[in-house]
Amino acid sequence: MGQTGKAVHEVHRLEQLAARDQWVNRIHPLVKFFLTVGYLAVTVSFPAYDLAGTAGMAVYPLALLILADLSFRDTGKRLRLVLPFVLLIGLGNLFFDRNLVQIGGFTIRAGVVSMAVLFVKGTLCVLASYLLIATTSMEKLCYAFGILHFPKAVITQFLLTWRYLTLLLEEVNRMTDAYALRAPGQKGIRMKAWGSLAGQLLLRSMDRADGVYESMLLRGYRGDYAYIRETAPLRGRDAAWLLFWGALFVLFRRFPVLYLAGAGIGGLLS
Amino acid sequence: MHMADALVTPAVAGAMYACSAVAAAYSIRQVRLEEDAKKVPVMGVMGAFVFAAQMINFTIPGTGSSGHLCGGMMLSAVLGPYAGFLTLIGVLLVQCLLFADGGLLALGCNIWNMAFYGCMIGALLIWKPMMKKGITKGRIAAASILGCVLTLQLGAFSVVLETTASHITELPFAAFAAVMQPIHLLIGLVEGLITAAVLIFVHEARPELLFCSRKEDRTAGRFSFGTTLKFLGAAALVTGGLLSLAASSNPDGLEWSVEKIAGTAEPGGGAQNAVQEKIALLPDYAFRGSESAFGTVVSGIAGVLAVAGLCAGICYFFKFLQKHRWAEVKENGADRKGSS
Repeated sequence: MGQTGKAVHEVHRLEQLAARDQWVNRIHPLVKFFLTVGYLAVTVSFPAYDLAGTAGMAVYPLALLILADLSFRDTGKRLRLVLPFVLLIGLGNLFFDRNLVQIGGFTIRAGVVSMAVLFVKGTLCVLASYLLIATTSMEKLCYAFGILHFPKAVITQFLLTWRYLTLLLEEVNRMTDAYALRAPGQKGIRMKAWGSLAGQLLLRSMDRADGVYESMLLRGYRGDYAYIRETAPLRGRDAAWLLFWGALFVLFRRFPVLYLAGAGIGGLLS
Repeated sequence: MHMADALVTPAVAGAMYACSAVAAAYSIRQVRLEEDAKKVPVMGVMGAFVFAAQMINFTIPGTGSSGHLCGGMMLSAVLGPYAGFLTLIGVLLVQCLLFADGGLLALGCNIWNMAFYGCMIGALLIWKPMMKKGITKGRIAAASILGCVLTLQLGAFSVVLETTASHITELPFAAFAAVMQPIHLLIGLVEGLITAAVLIFVHEARPELLFCSRKEDRTAGRFSFGTTLKFLGAAALVTGGLLSLAASSNPDGLEWSVEKIAGTAEPGGGAQNAVQEKIALLPDYAFRGSESAFGTVVSGIAGVLAVAGLCAGICYFFKFLQKHRWAEVKENGADRKGSS
């Protein structure tokens, strides 16, 4: 499977995950969107050396992964593509942050701690975004954007991009496969064909856009695209979910919950 | 160049969201003003096109490495700056949500760094003025290369600024910029060439599709893409070889600043300078012990070849990294296939 084939596979996989009838999938998309943005803001706001505080934020993605019945393995694989750049930036701390910190009686470089914090933050942020899209379909997410009065033109354009993405990816797949069959052993597209290959795709896309527009006109398009038919009202359990996690985020940000829990368990054991 | 969420603080992310929102609001007004209901479906399909076309690997001659299409310049050359900007926002949102390329919190930064510079600066400050006197192949190639290089440089510099303002890394500002800018100079050059090739093809086939096109532009241009490339290569050699003769012997801005601070343009003492003189291939841009013009010309050409060699080396390094990355993805795919 080529690069485009993998991308198509990933789109279909996420669509299937979002379409499942799980408890988490049924939560109002606006609530999930607010919680994700709030979670991201709280997570990245932790100080550079607060490893325990940042690690405590793992509770939300962990809970969602279990509740949504998502594969830990597939989720972990997604991180591999993102974390190298974060680690690359973090390496700077390793070399330039020469302060020393005491952790459990050991003296280590502060740069090691700040790099670890950056790594944890990067992991948690990717997980939170993934969990949003794996439990919410793109149509529902756009419905939430609509409630927030995002411009209709942007939402419609975004949804159309999403709809035609797999179609064009499959077309690219066919074109590159056909090229590869005519040029065996050659990697990529040769310079002579740079313009014609992508240019043909562009012209075909423009013609397709004309066809799409005419079809939309025939179906009554007047600049407003009905992307979701059912309007889901905000229910009590959605509000409770939002309040519960919102309060937990504030709690984890304001207090060293992991230390307090550790001290509590230690006290009980002694 | 997609920034991850972990690299920005909420304050920087919020500020960049605000900047991008202003640009988006203005663009929406402009698109609406044009009263073209067809534009939104075209934008949607073009967004999908850019995403799909960026998956095509274009082989860079002589390196074995590959490059990709520049989305910002491509969209603005076809849709214009405002519709192009809005389309690229959609593409960035899909990339962020679907492929974890960039983050939801850092989306404002990514919109600014890639869509704003790529479409607004690329179309309004480069494409539009250059096409004022009509669209030709030579102008398309020049605008694409200049646009991609400039907008990527601006974007890369913004990444450095945003990361530094977020106090995420202890990397000194200058060192971070010194790493980011040259890498994106090479990427910009390659993306510019690919974008130029595609736009020249569109100009030949359907010139009316291009932004700023006029009826009289719908004839073949003066230069082919290959001729333009040869011209650019020759221009690089002439610039390096002949124009280096005119290089100023006066201190440049950085040397002047150092001279002001340290009292000498080359701080570090005599011993350090002596070692540098000994190991340098062409000290002071001439043969060792020679002040001839020939030495200067040779050093200029050697400089061009050295930079080209460095470019090829970095391309090979990127190719190695990319290979490694896709080997992992392939492995994941095989695992998934096995598990299903």
